[in-house]
Amino acid sequence: MKRYISDWNVLQTTRKRDVCLLRLGLGEEEGKAFPDVLPGQFVQVRVDNSPSTYLRRPISIHYTIQEEREIWLLVRIAGEGTKTIAETKAGGKLNLIYPLGNGFSMPENNVEQQKLLLVGGGVGAAPLLFLGKRLKESGYVPDFLLGGYSMENFFDNSQFEAIGRLFLTTEDGSGGTKGFVTDHPVLYEEKYDFIYACGPLPMMKSVARYAFARHIRCEVSLENTMACGIGACLCCVEKTGRGNVRTCIEGPVFNIVDLESWQN
Amino acid sequence: MAKLETDIGRLNLRNPVLAASGTFGYGLEYSDFVDFSQLGGIITKGTTIEPRQGNDYPRMAETPSGMLNAVGLQNGGAEQFVSDIYPSIKDIDTSIIVNVCGSTVEDYVSCAARIDTLEKIPAIELNISCPNVKQGGMAFGTNRESAAEVIRAVRRVYRKTLIVKLSPNVTDITLIARTAEEEGADAVSLINTLLGMAIDVDARRPVLSTITGGLSGACIKPVAVRMVWQTARAVKIPVIGIGGISSSRDALEFILAGATAVQIGAANFIDPEISVKVAGGIGEYLDRNGIDSVKDIIGAINS
Ligand SMILES: Cc1cc2nc3c(=O)[nH]c(=O)nc-3n(C[C@H](O)[C@H](O)[C@H](O)COP(=O)(O)OP(=O)(O)OC[C@H]3O[C@@H](n4cnc5c(N)ncnc54)[C@H](O)[C@@H]3O)c2cc1C
Ligand SMILES: Cc1cc2nc3c(=O)[nH]c(=O)nc-3n(C[C@H](O)[C@H](O)[C@H](O)COP(=O)(O)O)c2cc1C
Ligand code: FES
Repeated sequence: MKRYISDWNVLQTTRKRDVCLLRLGLGEEEGKAFPDVLPGQFVQVRVDNSPSTYLRRPISIHYTIQEEREIWLLVRIAGEGTKTIAETKAGGKLNLIYPLGNGFSMPENNVEQQKLLLVGGGVGAAPLLFLGKRLKESGYVPDFLLGGYSMENFFDNSQFEAIGRLFLTTEDGSGGTKGFVTDHPVLYEEKYDFIYACGPLPMMKSVARYAFARHIRCEVSLENTMACGIGACLCCVEKTGRGNVRTCIEGPVFNIVDLESWQN
Repeated sequence: MAKLETDIGRLNLRNPVLAASGTFGYGLEYSDFVDFSQLGGIITKGTTIEPRQGNDYPRMAETPSGMLNAVGLQNGGAEQFVSDIYPSIKDIDTSIIVNVCGSTVEDYVSCAARIDTLEKIPAIELNISCPNVKQGGMAFGTNRESAAEVIRAVRRVYRKTLIVKLSPNVTDITLIARTAEEEGADAVSLINTLLGMAIDVDARRPVLSTITGGLSGACIKPVAVRMVWQTARAVKIPVIGIGGISSSRDALEFILAGATAVQIGAANFIDPEISVKVAGGIGEYLDRNGIDSVKDIIGAINS
């Protein structure tokens, strides 16, 4: 898959607490083709005007609108780098390397027989919107199970509800089921065939334990720290049955059966 | 148009800008971004005779204007390089130089001898300066006797251009540079990464799995320029300058300090197109100042 570097126009930013949605557009004048993008792929954002940020920051592709030449990013402020990205004003530009990584795989079998669950924790829900859109276009109706600390931490649930059923958990009990995603009753009422998970590591590991125990196919998206994002530096490796592999190339999406240290 | 050609021993480079080992993969990783024919050369990821899995994750910590790495020479070994990688890179239109590392003198010698058989590899860079491996690497490059032993042994089996990559983690880098020259190296390259450390104060743990790692990036540039200047005055063989270069002005600093060529490392991560931009910028500088050839400004500081 060809990768590109270019400046994207920041069309609109929407902030809610520590999370910012950035709508980015690829200008026509660039003469650049809009890339083919897969759900689960990410971009490397150059952070200008932040002296304490040296490297680019990897951010998942939250959504794309091919016809409008738009890519959306959902960024949680974790430190200076993400703060600077989130505070870029509409009318400004962000330099991206894109699209990077492997992306989630699509279910292979018969459409009706597949029950799909997309589990997200916090800003980990970001790539699941695009994944849900693609799954819906392929004839699936996925369920979403999203977890957050409090109801105020969910960014915009209506986008998920437009695609499939949405289940929520909150740690403080302000909405949905109180607790973590793995405490939600839907996990014990439905029999899922394929689970996709993205979010904090402890959350993904508990979803993986659930999936292992029931022999459910499960893919997770890892957030290993990266330097290059294009497979050159070997900083981002994850231990797998095939040895140490680059999360930015062979990942960020892994089938849990490949992740050696996750199996117990 | 000023001439950008430069010579490292018998190796003629199209221009003085090379991509540094470990930051450019095998070149292919950058094929969407870089027109290799605009580059002076590419130094491959460190290659050892046997395959190596490298160190555990986490291997990277960002630091002010730089980064620490502890990759630990993960690579598929010399045989895999010869059979799988070499066929896919041998026709890249620039000089491909293999970075050779090992745990013992024998490892270095066998690896260098294996690479010597490859027609399209005109040079090796002997890495006696990797700080991220328990045995070998930097241990060879921080001591004159062991440096002399490994360079001498490799020189016996390796007939093409031999570049020795020096560690900055010494009190006097010129001593090891002179040793390399005496043992028949065609050039020295410097600097490899500076030994460093970062601590996560919340977890009260070192960030890297190996506790210490190698520092690179813009923050090391002044140290590297100083070492290149000292070394260029101490040896007659060409010096290749490395360390924190992220613009053509940075590269020119090294050339003016005495470097015949330069390598770009971590800056490739921020701008994958930087190496070609730096080469272009050097050309513009020469034209603007009415200088015919980059060779005319090597070491040309007024002091
Ligand atoms: C493939 C991939 C996709 C990602 N997608 C998104 C996304 O869609 N939205 C989003 O908001 N974030 C995403 N992230 C995470 C994001 O890249 C980091 O939050 C960001 O790099 C932090 O940079 P900073 O300068 O703001 O914070 P820093 O100052 O660098 O770090 C702030 C704190 O977060 C910790 N931290 C930083 N990076 C990581 C990491 N990779 N893993 C664990 N801890 C870390 C640091 O140790 C520190 O405590 C993704 C990461 C990867 C690898
Ligand atoms: C991720 C990473 C991996 C590296 N791997 C190697 C290596 O395998 N062999 C080697 O000689 N140097 C290696 N280096 C050192 C670089 O080649 C270079 O000497 C150093 O990074 C300083 O240059 P810079 O500041 O431009 O990055 C590595 C550097 C980085 C950042
Ligand atoms: S971040 Fe450099 S190889 Fe993955």
